[in-house]
Amino acid sequence: MSALLEVNNLKVRVEDREILHGLTLTVNKGQVHAIMGPNGSGKSTLSHVIAGKPGYEVTDGEILFEGEDLLAMEPDERAAKGVFLAFQYPVEIPGVATMNFLRTALNAQRKARGEGEMSTPDFLKKVREVCTRLNIPQDMLKRGVNVGFSGGEKKRNEVLQMALFEPSLCILDEMDSGLDIDALRIAADGVNALRTPDRGFVVITHYQRLLNYIIPDVVHVMSNGRVVKSGGKELALELEESGYAQFEDKAA
Amino acid sequence: MPAVQETVDRVRQIDVDQYRYGFETLIESEKAPKGLDEDTVRFISAKKDEPAWMLEWRLEAFRRWQTMAEPTWARVDYPKIDYQDLYYYAAPKQKKALASLDEVDPEILRTYEKLGISLREQEILAGVVRPDSEGAPEERRVAVDAVFDSVSVATTFQAELKKAGVIFMPISHAIREHPDLVKKYLGSVVPTSDNFFATLNSAVFSDGSFVYVPPGVRCPMELSTYFRINEKNTGQFERTLIIADKGAYVSYLEGCTAPQRDENQLHAAVVELIAHDDAEIKYSTVQNWYPGNSEGAGGIYNFVTKRGDCRGRNSKISWTQVETGSAITWKYPSCILRGDNSRGEFYSIAISNGYQQVDSGTKMIHLGKNTTSRIISKGIAAGRSQNTYRGLVSAHRKAIGARNFTACDSLLIGDKCGAHTVPYIETKNSSALFEHEATTSKISEDVLFYCVQRGLSQEEAVGLVVNGFVKDVLQHLPMEFAVEAQKLISISLEGSVG
Repeated sequence: MSALLEVNNLKVRVEDREILHGLTLTVNKGQVHAIMGPNGSGKSTLSHVIAGKPGYEVTDGEILFEGEDLLAMEPDERAAKGVFLAFQYPVEIPGVATMNFLRTALNAQRKARGEGEMSTPDFLKKVREVCTRLNIPQDMLKRGVNVGFSGGEKKRNEVLQMALFEPSLCILDEMDSGLDIDALRIAADGVNALRTPDRGFVVITHYQRLLNYIIPDVVHVMSNGRVVKSGGKELALELEESGYAQFEDKAA
Repeated sequence: MPAVQETVDRVRQIDVDQYRYGFETLIESEKAPKGLDEDTVRFISAKKDEPAWMLEWRLEAFRRWQTMAEPTWARVDYPKIDYQDLYYYAAPKQKKALASLDEVDPEILRTYEKLGISLREQEILAGVVRPDSEGAPEERRVAVDAVFDSVSVATTFQAELKKAGVIFMPISHAIREHPDLVKKYLGSVVPTSDNFFATLNSAVFSDGSFVYVPPGVRCPMELSTYFRINEKNTGQFERTLIIADKGAYVSYLEGCTAPQRDENQLHAAVVELIAHDDAEIKYSTVQNWYPGNSEGAGGIYNFVTKRGDCRGRNSKISWTQVETGSAITWKYPSCILRGDNSRGEFYSIAISNGYQQVDSGTKMIHLGKNTTSRIISKGIAAGRSQNTYRGLVSAHRKAIGARNFTACDSLLIGDKCGAHTVPYIETKNSSALFEHEATTSKISEDVLFYCVQRGLSQEEAVGLVVNGFVKDVLQHLPMEFAVEAQKLISISLEGSVG
């Protein structure tokens, strides 16, 4: 198994405050890693730094993606290389039809990789196929990106993009927030369908519940800007019983 | 929609700060002596071979203009204009009067070709008329009046329009050939005494388009005028007059560009529209005058008076504008809703970048019963620009049941620009119902990051978001022009992020 993502001793500041204090994490191809931890432990910061969101300063450490220095790349370059972040709160873009957005983004990525644009029939066929699988009505794609979408629809739209763009690394930031059990199941099924030996996942969540549907290979507990414990999927269940307090104490 | 992709490609190809239409055509031209006095007015009138009544009309305007002061209420700031330091007339030199289209100077034809005027029109401009049997007859065509500095150089499809009874010709020709119509309507919407710039225009206007659509006729094609300022230190003062007689319909588009120059150039146009009973006029503008460079030097001063008169019952006038150019824009396309049940519409996208200053909006004057109006204005400010919407909605005492809906949305890109909304609402009767909505927003970092995370560059992301923001207005433009406008919007916003 080869490493897809290697985070080594990562230290990150936002303004004057250090959020990540030397985080280390390796995700191999074909693996699903869950990152759990209390509010403010730095989970979302990690996902933002990997994706290249502005406003974070990396003061030490490195992130390698398939052996390349990820931090040296612009966020759109990272996307074209195969880094995908499913947002906790996907934004609304009024006036831009979802279908148009999907196509523009897909072709931008293909172009950056030196591939030709996807033909309209191929694109439509692919969209239709993924929509059927995710139970997304085609009508939804005519609406503005995420405009007036329910929580479940927004998350399904994220999974739809994941399926279309076929990234090699998928980071899911609290995909379960705001979803009822049925919506969660549909979204999780969508993710599971994308599990392949070449693709890696980082699933960020507060709750063990999501991990009943997306079964992880490795579970990490984050507290106070570090990974404080790692283990198999049973670690998540253990946490559900005992809570995060024990780790907070340790880290303090 | 592939248009967005096109927009995006376009942005990629072009460097920041590059105005596509900034080239100059080297051509001999004939000018009036610099400065403005009664002799200048007489010179222009003589050049146009005008009848005495027209000269009198101009002189009267000129005398009045001398007593007027330049308005200062707009939120724009520019150095004092020396009206004696300008040329008021410039025309490409011709050996003789143009007898037919194929005598148009090839240099001018090349200019229009560079500006993207379609090849089929080019052929017609060049006098190579295709037999009717060739090509798809259903193909949408646009008749073009090309105005180069102070003169109209060519008007296409005139014969075909004539068959339908539509008159479409340079206004200088109309003054000679249709004096009754011109006398009846010229100055009837924007009187010579209207305002400083309109009065100046009345004295020195050189050319522009004249359209008359007879009763019950639906104009068989889009009409368009393409204005180009080429000469240095030359003001362009065009005059457009469009009349839709009872039950007639016409859609008209105006486009404008100018070379890149360090000094400012003055453009003071007047457009008058008259719609009789049950008539409809749709007037669209894609304004792309040179906006000045990134330091704020040069650019066109665009001081324009545009007004439509819904003179008849059930008449309708609709203004759609995409304003991306000019250093300074001072422009309020308005509707006088005189006829009962008449309707006025104003759809506007005004984009400012660099040091551009825009003060634009509309006036909806409700005079007749049950008149309705709708205003949708989208202002986008980037760079160090200032973008003001100024609008008046008023209901006269007799305008029973008048209704207006106004929505003004502003979008800010960056933190050095400003957006301002100045609505005036006046009503003199209690049955009028006026609604006003306004929003101001910034393109949020979160939205940009979302797009960039999906593979779009910053510029592409801004283009996409802005095109979404202006969509409600773009859909009111004729289809061909909507695509063009969409491209223009992205180009205008180059270099506005990062």
